[in-house]
Amino acid sequence: MRYKLDLDIEEVNTDRRDFLRRAATVGGLAIAPGVILYQTGAAKPADQAVSSQQRWGMLVNTNVCQEDCDACVTACNEEHGLWDLGRPETDAQWIRKLNVKDKQTGHVTSLPMMCQHCENPPCVDVCPTGASFRREDGIVLVDKHTCIGCRYCMLACPYKARSFVHEPLQDQLPHSPRGKGCVESCTLCVHKVDRGDNNTACAEACAKDGHQALLFGDLNDPSSEISKQLKQHGGTQIRADLGLNTGVRYQGI
Amino acid sequence: METTRFSSIDANSLQYWILLGGLALATLVGVLAAHHMDLEGHHISGMSNQIVWGFPHVAAIFLIIAASGALNVASISSVFGKTDYKPLARMSGLLAIALLVGGLAILVLDLGRPDLLIVAMTKYNFKSIFAWNIFLYTGFIVITVIYLWMMMERKMNKFIKVTGFAAFLWRLILTTGTGSIFGFLVARQAYDAAIMAPLFVIMSFAFGMATFILVLMASYKWTHRTLGDVMLSKLKNLLGIFVAAILYFVLAYHLANLYATEHHGIERFILLDGGIYTFLFWAGHIVIGCLVPLALVFIKPMSQSRGMTMLAAGLVIMGGIAQLYVIIIGGQAYPLVLFPGMEESSSFFDGVVAEYTPSIFELLLGFGGICLALAIVTVGIAILEFLPESLSDKALSLDSARSNSI
Ligand code: SF4
Ligand code: SF4
Repeated sequence: MRYKLDLDIEEVNTDRRDFLRRAATVGGLAIAPGVILYQTGAAKPADQAVSSQQRWGMLVNTNVCQEDCDACVTACNEEHGLWDLGRPETDAQWIRKLNVKDKQTGHVTSLPMMCQHCENPPCVDVCPTGASFRREDGIVLVDKHTCIGCRYCMLACPYKARSFVHEPLQDQLPHSPRGKGCVESCTLCVHKVDRGDNNTACAEACAKDGHQALLFGDLNDPSSEISKQLKQHGGTQIRADLGLNTGVRYQGI
Repeated sequence: METTRFSSIDANSLQYWILLGGLALATLVGVLAAHHMDLEGHHISGMSNQIVWGFPHVAAIFLIIAASGALNVASISSVFGKTDYKPLARMSGLLAIALLVGGLAILVLDLGRPDLLIVAMTKYNFKSIFAWNIFLYTGFIVITVIYLWMMMERKMNKFIKVTGFAAFLWRLILTTGTGSIFGFLVARQAYDAAIMAPLFVIMSFAFGMATFILVLMASYKWTHRTLGDVMLSKLKNLLGIFVAAILYFVLAYHLANLYATEHHGIERFILLDGGIYTFLFWAGHIVIGCLVPLALVFIKPMSQSRGMTMLAAGLVIMGGIAQLYVIIIGGQAYPLVLFPGMEESSSFFDGVVAEYTPSIFELLLGFGGICLALAIVTVGIAILEFLPESLSDKALSLDSARSNSI
């Protein structure tokens, strides 16, 4: 029964096998300095490595985020095959809508909360096997081949951004492999990033609904829209006191 | 003059096999329960994405810290030169190993991917205190085995002191390491305290001593060997001192937390309105686990009764489990604060106290680990010479007179 995950992996198409192999490679080499060989699929030339020249991130404008909208959540669930089993306590949630109410004024801010892709991620620090890792380009991932499911990273994450896969999985999506007994969280749609989409499923859905509350981009590129926005209007980190230098920033909080 | 005579216990009685059979069965049931959770996925447990460490962790961490405390008796004799305790040193080493193995078995079986244990043993992230603990635990077993060997092999006796000292240091680091697992969780209000590590050390002293007393009393009673009042009252007094020290550290911990405004929420939760956690804290940990045992151990006439000593040790264990339940599960149940001073709500249980009720599988797994530890002791004392034939007052005075004269 335990080998189910591996069998599943063999069944799916090459794309996903490649992803897993890559993920494993990165997991193994994550501590090596400099360039990490993270070969990607068709969209990106194989010789082009993931590098620290980029730092992928996200800007959330809570001023335009609607309290009753959860398009980003639905899009994420569909993109990654996070099927709702009707058990909210144990179902995976990579992104959630959080309502924050000021007790004094009664003002409610609604915002999406997900892995903040910390530059100094506590989840990576505590992971005993190194399964939690941060790619050179700032995306924090879990290597499904080395995650033993100890859940220490879930305790360490200050944003409660991680979910444990509590049940056997069916109908997995090839580009977003999951594993029973492993921990997972927002991948910043790494498969889309590597494909060159330059966007995430949640940000696309938000834009499609006309809200434009989510902006994905390269924080290291001064000419990117996200950098310009941040430079002009600023952006806050949630729990900045922890000094994690998050890749997800918020406006309007 | 005669030295302590050790002998293995007679394993040919029906009672022995019933005991061992019962322990083995309970262990097996625990393994099966874990296997079932593994097949079905952890959703059948009481755990969730909010409470990620449940009852198995409570039981496992209890056993692990009790293990390092169980080695106390041996340390007192070889490190601090209190020869009166020397006859008990072997048993103390055996119990330490057994408890640690029981605790580790639970931890491993509760992993999401126990089949990947080999990964845990071969890939290390040296920044992780958890990875360090894997070394500390295996190292503890190795050092204690060597220490036992030095004690049991006459030729090697001269190394007792140095191996004993190594084991003593190692186990202090080990418990500090276990406490630090929580101390490193900076974002969690309940754990963000440096005092966590020394608190765990002192808890280990008390839990280890309580377990040692119970196991010792039971094995002497069931094998009809004599356990004198002198030895027992020494152990009992030590237990009392350790329990008093826990009270002191817990007081310091909560006072320090009350001093920092950001921790008022969690303090209120544990001390006042946390429901089951508040109840377990006051009734379980403070009253049953500390105050009652202190009275039983130090106040006459209770302090003169063996039955009461046994009860005190049992209560310290129960109170210890309650205390760990409050620390481990209560600490997770209290909501993470993302926006201090604001009210948070979401579909992911932000801002609300997480629910947790242990499932039968988790209880069986935790209980199975405890039984595994006891089974190891039961087998150990039957095959090797761990127990002194007599711990009567007379035998002890002869023994210590002899040691002192060397
Ligand atoms: S938000 Fe949590 S899961 Fe994401 S990188 Fe930071 S600590 Fe890790
Ligand atoms: S659950 Fe997996 S990713 Fe998280 S700390 Fe444990 S091994 Fe690392």
